[in-house]
Amino acid sequence: MSDYKNYLANQVKIGKMNRREFMGRAMAAGIALSSASTLFAASAAAQEPKRGGHLKLGLEGGSATDALDPAKALSQVLFCVGRNWGDLLVESHPLTGAAVPALAESWEPSPDAAVWTFKIRKGVQFHDGKELTIEDVVKTLQRHTDEKSESGALGVMKSIKTIENKGGDLVLTLTEGNADLPLLLSDYHLIIQPGGGYDNPNAAIGTGPYKLTSFEAGVRATFEKNPNDWNPNRGYVDSVEIINMNDATARIAALSSGQVHYINRVDPKTVALLKRAPTVEILSTAGRGHYVFIMHCDKAPFDNNDLRMALKYAMDRENMVQTILGGYGKVGNDFPINSTYALFPEGIEQRVYDPDKAAFHYKKSGHSGPVLLRTSDVAFPGAVDAAVLYQASAKKAGIEIEVKREPGDGYWSNVWNVQPFSTSYWGGRPTQDQMYSTAYLSTADWNDTKFKRPDFDKILLEARSELDETKRKEMYRTMAMMVRDEGGLILPMFNDFVNASTKQVKGYVHDIGNDMSNGYVATRVWLDA
Amino acid sequence: MAGGGPITGPALSTGPAAGGEGLSQSAPVPGALVTPPTGVVTGTFWRRFTLRRPLAALIIQRLGLSVGLLFAVSLMIFGGVEALPGDFATTYLGQSATPQAVENIRKDLGLDKPLTERYLNWLGGAVKGDFGTSWASKNSVSEQIGNRLGNSLFLAFFAALVSVPLAVALGMLAVQYRNRLPDKIINVVSLAAISLPEFFVGYLLILFFAVQLGVATFPATVYDSMGFGERLSAIALPVATLVLVVLAHMMRMTRAAILNVMSSAYVETAELKGLSAFRIIAKHAAPNAVAPVINVIALNLAYLVVGVVVVEVVFVYPGMGQYMVDAVTVRDMPVVQACGLIFAAFYIFLNMAADILAILANPRLRHPR
Repeated sequence: MSDYKNYLANQVKIGKMNRREFMGRAMAAGIALSSASTLFAASAAAQEPKRGGHLKLGLEGGSATDALDPAKALSQVLFCVGRNWGDLLVESHPLTGAAVPALAESWEPSPDAAVWTFKIRKGVQFHDGKELTIEDVVKTLQRHTDEKSESGALGVMKSIKTIENKGGDLVLTLTEGNADLPLLLSDYHLIIQPGGGYDNPNAAIGTGPYKLTSFEAGVRATFEKNPNDWNPNRGYVDSVEIINMNDATARIAALSSGQVHYINRVDPKTVALLKRAPTVEILSTAGRGHYVFIMHCDKAPFDNNDLRMALKYAMDRENMVQTILGGYGKVGNDFPINSTYALFPEGIEQRVYDPDKAAFHYKKSGHSGPVLLRTSDVAFPGAVDAAVLYQASAKKAGIEIEVKREPGDGYWSNVWNVQPFSTSYWGGRPTQDQMYSTAYLSTADWNDTKFKRPDFDKILLEARSELDETKRKEMYRTMAMMVRDEGGLILPMFNDFVNASTKQVKGYVHDIGNDMSNGYVATRVWLDA
Repeated sequence: MAGGGPITGPALSTGPAAGGEGLSQSAPVPGALVTPPTGVVTGTFWRRFTLRRPLAALIIQRLGLSVGLLFAVSLMIFGGVEALPGDFATTYLGQSATPQAVENIRKDLGLDKPLTERYLNWLGGAVKGDFGTSWASKNSVSEQIGNRLGNSLFLAFFAALVSVPLAVALGMLAVQYRNRLPDKIINVVSLAAISLPEFFVGYLLILFFAVQLGVATFPATVYDSMGFGERLSAIALPVATLVLVVLAHMMRMTRAAILNVMSSAYVETAELKGLSAFRIIAKHAAPNAVAPVINVIALNLAYLVVGVVVVEVVFVYPGMGQYMVDAVTVRDMPVVQACGLIFAAFYIFLNMAADILAILANPRLRHPR
């Protein structure tokens, strides 16, 4: 934690972070919460949101094949579009990651956390004028639970056994207790649609702050303010325009010439140049996403923990953060959780580059000959460069790594999760439980390190229904240590989300949940003329 | 594009213009006109028809061939996309693919059926003019392509409108001032423009006209509710880029072709008659040089329609190229096929038009030796 504090202080010193940002992140990390909140309140009062104006976003990540159906939304553009027109039952707090009410006003678990009752907000109108009812909610969740649906939230919904309307309240019965259930419902696919969206999933009729006025896949989406929005504290501009810009240079040119107010995915390599533009502000947000090198624990030669340890010590993390992320990120510690998660286990020693230890473990493993690492630039931006850097740092420890560049096409189906040693990325999850369940549980589809440990699975399931936070935190520490010291994960860095806006844009919230202020950028910012 | 193949080489430029500097691509294909291709009904009627109405025969022959070519193109695209790693289900879902979701999509779209059956199914629809719906967005392919193709043609039309007359005029100018200063300036500038990659030209224009001077519209995104004037202003920069990219090629071809003709005996006669230099070029040299020039113009026009994906990306312009690339990325077969066919059809049509125009301009080509 003190590392993180120092990092924050340092960012302020070198001018990468303004005070508001600093406070937000300090709060997120739980540093001096009382003083942070006072200052935060003061700064919030000084910034009265202005209403009106036309906000233009230039975003990467859309294509002509995009469909509006929130169940199938995958791209960054659709993620942001969905946030504008739709609402979820539950949202996550931008700074702490805790569950906060949205279309569900409040909720109550049973003592074993297996049955949850949600009160649905009254008097909310869809864009077509119809009132939101409990039936809409039930049907929406049912559509995403259907085994035949192609919903991206299917994995999240699997643990829900029944979805019922009991006297106007939503009652969810789970297959097993889960203390984090409300946060599962903050999955961005689960936008409440009239009639569950069965009739026309692509209609984009929702309860969100903006109404969709036009949509051309891979080109442009426009919105106007929803005058009947139930939530007055969002949607400050009159209209929003999202322009699909997949070329990084085009985005930068559009922003620096003032044609758009906000762009996403600023390349860390050019951030320093963009920063020189007087009208531009770089918005870098600490996140949960991480870039990884993954070894299959069940395949030779990676079934040998000494070889895995050798490869972990051979990673120069600081260098990776500086070179690959241009300093916009934090070093990782070989477990997939960082301090932005609730119940983060503090005080675990940071693993550093140590050629001697790497050489020691390498010798002990008895392995000889080159280790084949497969990579591609689709794994993460700069993945091929990262692999070559890794090759160099491992060489100093006497470990020979052979880097094989694979085609980007089919990388996710032919290399990742298939080949024993490859590069990849993870986007982070709302809770520690979900992160571990997605990729470290023995039976998980996406267990990409083939980490199969019954003892680990047992603690994971126990922690899930544990309502005592101290005990739960202790369990998460044990799990983190197991993955760090025995798993197949090499996690050199957590990447920041690097976006940029013109100085006209105010009120940007650095949301730890996901990129682009967790997709809510257009609903949260206002334009200062 | 796959449509390039057998039709790219101008089959008819066998006139006196052939075989000069820079004319390497007009390799003569003798007899392409007189010998009816196997498979087409032969006999005295066809032979007589060919001789009496060479133009009509050519068009009929080309139309027949193009149907076959389009068929071959669709087969090649289908095979090509099949050969790429990963199918629609896995590439569309990417890293977030679960076996269940992949299975659902495959079953839904019939990807589990054998290759030939899927191709024949698609072909059955396409023959009836039904290109189906996009697998990814579930929208009608014809409708979406209508939009995108309109944008592409709009851009190509204005780029051609500026570049073709400019190229021909500059080419003639270069000939007139051959080996003197204007010729050299035109040559150096056009060579420089053709040597720079198109994205770089685009970035330079954006940097100067959009970012620093702030006079041009950027991004060049066009959409339905836009007025004509707004559209024109939006495409100014991409058109300028395209003009710079295609200008040199056409200009140099014009210059080379005319120079080639200029060295022939009848031009010498014209000179001895005392005609002015410009009159010689325009009246005597140009008609004989027009075949290769038209061919290179046709190729560049085809490029303006089907090959400008990089320019589209740089200027955020919603054209056909970007649409097809997006579709290939996720293996959205109905869209890829439809785009491929349209591109191939453009190549075929433009080449045919080039041949016909060449014949019209130079009657000697109608009766090949």
